[in-house]
Amino acid sequence: MPDLIGSFRDKDIILALVGQIKKESVGLKAPFKIMEVCGGHTHSLMRYGLLNLLQDTPLDFVHGPGCPVCVMPKLRIDEAIALAKMPDTILITLADLMRVPGSSGSLQALRAKGADVRFAYAPLQALEIAKENPDKKVVFVAIGFETTTPMTASLLLQAQEKGLKNLFVHNNHVLVPPSVQAVLENSQIDALIAPSHVSVITGAKIYQPLLEHFNIPIVVAGFEPVDVLDGILRIVRQATREQALLEIQYRRVVSFEGNLKAQSLIAQTMQVRQSFEWRGLGMIPFSAMQMRSEFREFDAEVVFAKFLPKAGGLEPKNCLCGEILKGRAKPLDCTLFNKACTPSHPVGACMVSSEGACAAYHKYLN
Amino acid sequence: MCLAIPSKVVALKGNVAVLETMGVQREASLDLMDEPLEVGDFVLLHVGFVVGKIDTSEALESLKLYAEMVAKMEQDA
Repeated sequence: MPDLIGSFRDKDIILALVGQIKKESVGLKAPFKIMEVCGGHTHSLMRYGLLNLLQDTPLDFVHGPGCPVCVMPKLRIDEAIALAKMPDTILITLADLMRVPGSSGSLQALRAKGADVRFAYAPLQALEIAKENPDKKVVFVAIGFETTTPMTASLLLQAQEKGLKNLFVHNNHVLVPPSVQAVLENSQIDALIAPSHVSVITGAKIYQPLLEHFNIPIVVAGFEPVDVLDGILRIVRQATREQALLEIQYRRVVSFEGNLKAQSLIAQTMQVRQSFEWRGLGMIPFSAMQMRSEFREFDAEVVFAKFLPKAGGLEPKNCLCGEILKGRAKPLDCTLFNKACTPSHPVGACMVSSEGACAAYHKYLN
Repeated sequence: MCLAIPSKVVALKGNVAVLETMGVQREASLDLMDEPLEVGDFVLLHVGFVVGKIDTSEALESLKLYAEMVAKMEQDA
């Protein structure tokens, strides 16, 4: 039985792949810009020193918008805060959303003042909390790309089946292809490393329109360093042959069609929104999900509309998070990086989220 | 957020699998799985759900190719 983690972090394989990439990328134009869409890939590039290993090549890595906490605009954070302030309410979040500053403080600061804001590891914990607290409104703030959307769909279906009347979802699920398209339309990117686990759910098929529209190599790669480097090598090989193909490097889990059961749960419970605001990228049409009308009774945006603010505040001054999410700047370009803005005192969302590019640079450069 | 951990199926109980992840056992929902699982299978776990089965023969195939690449590099050195 292969060691599914250790084998894909093997030093000898890493060095062999790096050697091969160096040899085969010699003739490419410089800089040859590869965007890794997902924060998980950004972390692998930094954590295993892959950027350093590849610095004598024409390859330049641009960090993409694939960090769900980073791309949440201030208005949505303010909405979550407004929901948490409602009387008799328990608000539940995943990931680092708790620490992202809204217009007036964060969910964490609100919790310190006595609001019942809880961190969950898994969306289904919201079911238990709703059952244990029948006299409270339980609001689950759902965030994440396509990887995490089916879990919220499962939560909705189970809440409906159990007849829960006190569980609500603030739906912030976003989609990879429209956000990547928005970045590619405004930046010169030569190839894409497509996300690992988004693709487990959606299949590689979701990148087909991007391939047809932009005609650049797109490789779905795993998160382990060997996977990332193999993905990069495949991109280099395509580029040297002047090809633009959609390839799956992460074949041990990703198929072209994806997880059809997960896709059907999403289709039963949610539909694509007309438009959604992204930090840095602005309004992007058809780029996020909302509940279908049959699930309106669970939709916090509908049920608690009167509590929600209408406009978000301004982004922090001099923070480059938005530009970084657009692939136009890197963390080291920001005057606040590592000075006024650190993980313990973050100014912008790219430093707050452990998946953010700034957090990755801070963690692995220091 | 999108991290998912390779885990081994150690028991199956209806719509729930007991998984072992780096030595720790935990339960995960099978709500998103449309293919049957067996004890001993390797799967990916994400926020309390099994999201997909890991094809170990694909993994071995990849590792074989990498081993050949390493051997060739050592030969060339």
